[in-house]
Amino acid sequence: MRNNHFTGSHSLLRSLEHEGVEVVFGVPGGAILPAYDPLLDSPIRHVLARHEQGAGHMAEGYAMATGRVGVVFATSGPGATNLITPLQNAKMDSTPLVAITGQVGTSAIGSDAFQEAHTTGLAMHCTKHSYLVTSADEIPDIIHEAFHLASTGRPGPVLVDFPKDVLNAVTEWRTPTLSGLPGYKPTREGHPRQVKAAVEMIEASSRPVLYVGGGVIRAGATPELVALAEAANVPVVTTLMGRGAFPDSHRLALGMPGMHGVYAATTAMQKADLLIAIGVRFDDRVTGDVASFAPGAKVIHVDVDPAEIGKVRRADIPIVGDARSVLAAMVERVTERRVEGPAPERADWFAQLRDWQETHPLSYTQDPDGPIKAQYFIERLHAITGGDAVVTSGVGQHQMWASHFWQFEKPLSWINSGGLGTMGFAVPAAVGAKIARPDEVVFAIDGDGCFQMTAQELITATTENIPIKVAVLNNGAYGMVQQWQKLFYDGRISASDLGTTVPDYPKLAEAMGCVGLRVTHPDEVDIAIEKALSIEDRSVVIEVVIDPEEMVFPMVPAGGSNDHIAMGPEDL
Amino acid sequence: MTHHTLSVIVEDKPGVLARVSAMCSNRGFNIHSLAVGPTHMAGRSHITMVVDAPEVEQLKKQLHKLVNVIKVQELDTGRALETEVMMVRVSCEPAQRGELGGTADLFGARMVDLTSNTIAFEISGTPGHLGDFLDQVRPYGIVDLVKSGRIAMKQRSEKPLTLTPTASRT
Repeated sequence: MRNNHFTGSHSLLRSLEHEGVEVVFGVPGGAILPAYDPLLDSPIRHVLARHEQGAGHMAEGYAMATGRVGVVFATSGPGATNLITPLQNAKMDSTPLVAITGQVGTSAIGSDAFQEAHTTGLAMHCTKHSYLVTSADEIPDIIHEAFHLASTGRPGPVLVDFPKDVLNAVTEWRTPTLSGLPGYKPTREGHPRQVKAAVEMIEASSRPVLYVGGGVIRAGATPELVALAEAANVPVVTTLMGRGAFPDSHRLALGMPGMHGVYAATTAMQKADLLIAIGVRFDDRVTGDVASFAPGAKVIHVDVDPAEIGKVRRADIPIVGDARSVLAAMVERVTERRVEGPAPERADWFAQLRDWQETHPLSYTQDPDGPIKAQYFIERLHAITGGDAVVTSGVGQHQMWASHFWQFEKPLSWINSGGLGTMGFAVPAAVGAKIARPDEVVFAIDGDGCFQMTAQELITATTENIPIKVAVLNNGAYGMVQQWQKLFYDGRISASDLGTTVPDYPKLAEAMGCVGLRVTHPDEVDIAIEKALSIEDRSVVIEVVIDPEEMVFPMVPAGGSNDHIAMGPEDL
Repeated sequence: MTHHTLSVIVEDKPGVLARVSAMCSNRGFNIHSLAVGPTHMAGRSHITMVVDAPEVEQLKKQLHKLVNVIKVQELDTGRALETEVMMVRVSCEPAQRGELGGTADLFGARMVDLTSNTIAFEISGTPGHLGDFLDQVRPYGIVDLVKSGRIAMKQRSEKPLTLTPTASRT
């Protein structure tokens, strides 16, 4: 029996509750208005962002801090177009996200109505899948499918577009089914014969490297990864998205490889005879020039997405499957081998790796009189927090420094924009992460350029009482752009200077209801960090005025070979 | 460039063709020919794609990733059953009609329209058959030409079927 007061909007909220959603991030508007009314009566919390891009990154931060599906609401037209960046960001970094957008009424679609955009057409290019709901009766099944698609196989963003009349239509709710996905059958278990062959190849190798990325974090496969590395005695490199998948303090950890990678990590891959690639996609920031990348290495490639295997580099042993179940199967086989005898010692390989680590460490020089080096600030932040924090970052120099100088020990503790490189990600992602993990310190390590792109979400943090910490590493520039201009454009600085005086960051922070601090001298760093950590009822922004001349090294110029790693500007 | 023929079964839903073509253009796969139509199965459509793709394995995997794609098969070009429909209008003075009509008969092309100085034919067959016919009529002058795009299906038997003479016909 139909209840005339139960509409598509009620069905939507009921469906979200059925999926276990506890919070949605969003901005209301005309077309999605009907969905905002039953939200008042729902146990689901709504976090009112100040821009849809911010709402989207909050939902991503929430998802990346928990592994659960993040949910974002936006209205039609500009609301939906403002979501494009978070959608593509989530697609590139395989983050489970469901976007609910309002759309103009069904009869107005295609008429260039007020606030109309072809949202599903736009989303086609930046989601895993998308839906235009044509009948309110479809809502339970579509929402269930959307969550299933977002969170299984290779996770990703799914968009569901709701014409306003569908939200207003009388309907009823019923328990959803997954009968509508005849073509979607992600493979979980790796093929046993391939797993066996992979283990034989690992056992026989003399210079193996585990090349580990975000897929391990999404699969929750850290215990299995550590077990495999130890049982097979294989060193591990963690990509930007894989930081935290393997503890940095572990004797087998080499750190991050690639364009700005640790020398030992990048060079280990170049000289390896075997790459065991788990949940990675041979991204150009890791491989550099593909033709000269790891020329002597055979490749075992484990990925839940078959299209990643062989896309960039041919795999000698391809294994399609969930990282956790494949790693568990590999551990089981390696453990059997250990009954027969100890793991290969590979003494020469480990001696070589130690030598590279000792001769080419990450380094910087902090003059006690200043200026502050970003690396010093991050090391102090790590020391004072004991590493006990969730770290988010934007994109650029500060991101690379955070990735290197924070020591990651746990998965889900590093939240950044890897594939798309979205500036402005840090602050809203931190808001989302803090909602997900309210008892933990969430610290956004941001740059001044990034901060200015989405800083207004600190208003959200204040009004919604979500206290985060933000360090704005201020070098008065789009630092990475300027680094390239200094290195590759004869030092001609074009449109990358931001100036260090405007805005006044502590005042801006105060205006948004936060505590604002500024440090300009190394001696002030510890005091400011301790003060920030002592404030729990409000967000805190520390402006850290850093050395604008500092550059990120090591570096392999774009398109260059990973055989030629510059440790400083003199090497370029 | 090598052509590959793919037989793709998809859900018959709005926007599925757009998803397939958007993916191809996003990832730089060049579609040579595309034909879509219903199948004998309710809710299923068949897409025949002919693509210039050196990376056909990658294309097949990317097609599979589309949620509405159910099955992707690459057809062996030499052995698959392939056909295409073409309509072609050719310049033809009344005096040339007999000669041109004879050529059309040899190819099994059917006249579908006649004006004082043109003839339009409809012809179906393999791409080679259509190409041969075009070679014959090109000298008359082609006024207009439309092709349906190639459709293809897998051959059921290993060997091409041959007709066996019936006993009654001696």
